[in-house]
Amino acid sequence: MRGLTLVLLGLFLALLLYAEGDLPGRGDPAAPASTHVSPYYIQHSLAETKTPNLVTSVLADYRGYDTLGETVVIVTAALAAALVLLGERRAD
Amino acid sequence: MLTRHPSPVVTTVARLLAPLIALFALYVVAHGHYSPGGGFQGGVLLAASTLLLRLALGEKDSAPAFPPSLALPMAVTGVLLYTVTGVVPLFLGGGYLDYARLPWPGAPAPLLRYFGILVVEVGVALAVWGTMVAIFDRLARGEG
Amino acid sequence: MGEELLGRYPYFLTALLLVVGLYGMLGKRNLLKKLIGMTVFQTAIFLFFIQGATKQGATLPILDPRWGTDPARYINPLPHVLILTAIVVAVAITGVSFALVLTIYRSHGTLDEEAILEQGRKR
Repeated sequence: MRGLTLVLLGLFLALLLYAEGDLPGRGDPAAPASTHVSPYYIQHSLAETKTPNLVTSVLADYRGYDTLGETVVIVTAALAAALVLLGERRAD
Repeated sequence: MLTRHPSPVVTTVARLLAPLIALFALYVVAHGHYSPGGGFQGGVLLAASTLLLRLALGEKDSAPAFPPSLALPMAVTGVLLYTVTGVVPLFLGGGYLDYARLPWPGAPAPLLRYFGILVVEVGVALAVWGTMVAIFDRLARGEG
Repeated sequence: MGEELLGRYPYFLTALLLVVGLYGMLGKRNLLKKLIGMTVFQTAIFLFFIQGATKQGATLPILDPRWGTDPARYINPLPHVLILTAIVVAVAITGVSFALVLTIYRSHGTLDEEAILEQGRKR
């Protein structure tokens, strides 16, 4: 069982090292992640939302629907933890 | 059940620090527009100040500062605040979560979106604060 | 060749952390050690996304009046937004899994994976 685990981990590591050959170099300004939508947010955030902090304006205004879903996930996790531990009351 | 720490140094320092941590957390939430911060960071700091009191003073002595039955209703209030901010523009001709159509007379669209972001960040801070304290209270009480 | 390999050091460190986290989840028998492995795995993913957002010679994604709105002077804000959400969800997952581990310990008396499976087979 230990041998199988180590073989699987070795294959996983080899796959990761093979895949990292295609990723862009560190700090490359022409990387695909930085050239699609994010220049629009950087250029228009101050004019449209009066907020210098780009992360807050993208999180709460441009992508506000995702933040709502994530807040619901957090509260659902609290409710789930409360439900799982409901039967664990002390004897007194 | 958490008990009060036996050393008076620990309890005094905790009671001195907890309000200062909460004040700094309110600063982080309010300045989310101009410096790194916002709802999530401020909510976690508020939870840290409440949990410091729970750990130092025990469950019974810190209940006046934050009763354990208040945590889950506070979290749900945060989500309610966020959802109401999203639904109100629907009745005034905009889309869901369209802050530019919030009902404040005579303000330009960037200023309305600025305040929409602020209200939403306060809702998120309440939700994160309530969740952290609720999970901690349930886990600590379940220890018997 | 050596220069280029040295310039890609974040990917090697991320791969190492991912393998360590995965070993913790698969190769350890204690439930709490599996949870620690899951936390290491999540942290490796966060670091991978955050280091993929940097640009050479750029600063924090907070608009500065000295540099206006030039996209080449600010790092990419989108991965930071994604990881903010992911960190808080990871904390919630950890909270729920601790509640589940507590319930399992109450009903089985042990945290060892093999012993719990044995008890389940005998019933």
